[in-house]
Amino acid sequence: MVDQSAVGREFTPVTAHVELGRLRFFLDTLGESNPLYRDAQAASGAGYAAPPVPPTYLFCLEMMDATVPFEFLTALDIDIARVLHGEQRFDYRAPVVIGDTLTFRPRVTGVSEKKGGAMTLVVVETSVTNQNGVHVADVSRTVVIRNPRPS
Amino acid sequence: MTPTIGARIVHKEFPPISRHTLALYCGASGDHNPIHVDLDFAKAAGYPDVFTHGMLVMAYLGQALTDAVPPPRLRSFSTRFVAITQLGARLTCEGHVSELLEHNGERCVKLALTTKDENGDLKLSGEAVIAL
Repeated sequence: MVDQSAVGREFTPVTAHVELGRLRFFLDTLGESNPLYRDAQAASGAGYAAPPVPPTYLFCLEMMDATVPFEFLTALDIDIARVLHGEQRFDYRAPVVIGDTLTFRPRVTGVSEKKGGAMTLVVVETSVTNQNGVHVADVSRTVVIRNPRPS
Repeated sequence: MTPTIGARIVHKEFPPISRHTLALYCGASGDHNPIHVDLDFAKAAGYPDVFTHGMLVMAYLGQALTDAVPPPRLRSFSTRFVAITQLGARLTCEGHVSELLEHNGERCVKLALTTKDENGDLKLSGEAVIAL
């Protein structure tokens, strides 16, 4: 079971590329038709150098380009079948647009138990910087682990 | 924009979530957790069926949000995943002005966000901070 000793654990940084084709696939899947995300002129009119990513796409980029998929689960010996997503937060500091190369640095910042140990909550915070070293966002996820009943 | 507390700024309805949607989202998002697409895996984990990625639901909420608010003004966006979203769910996303505030020296509004299914059951509860 994950305990306080996990707090401060860092995982392999992820380098991710914001690619037009992959972004289109995401937009099409969600029925997203806002021209800002697809059209260079619309994006330029809104002050972007290229079409920006939608609000949750940072989460996807980190997963897509991770060299070790679900590393924080395997590293902490968490069974993926017992995990639910509890909370998610994005703080946006600077634009992220097609053509950017981002670096994600994930770190465990909290572990707590709920319902008398039936559930463990793990918070992973990830700072995101771009190819110019600009800190573009902070991403925070809380996962809920449904612990097995003691036998 | 002169926001009024309680004003509904965000409102969007989405088509029913199908197995096909979940398969496409698995590929498009990079979230390959089998629990959302592999019925055998979901059953072995104790679920009656596959269920929707929380982040797919949050992506819909984000879409509803940026339909109503210019993305460059978005400062933060957060949600709590209140309940599992089942297959076939028809989701409605809404956002109301809940607060006027200063955020890093900018005048901002906070929106209280919800996503509910066709029965009115709450799936996501969240907030967004928007610069004025």
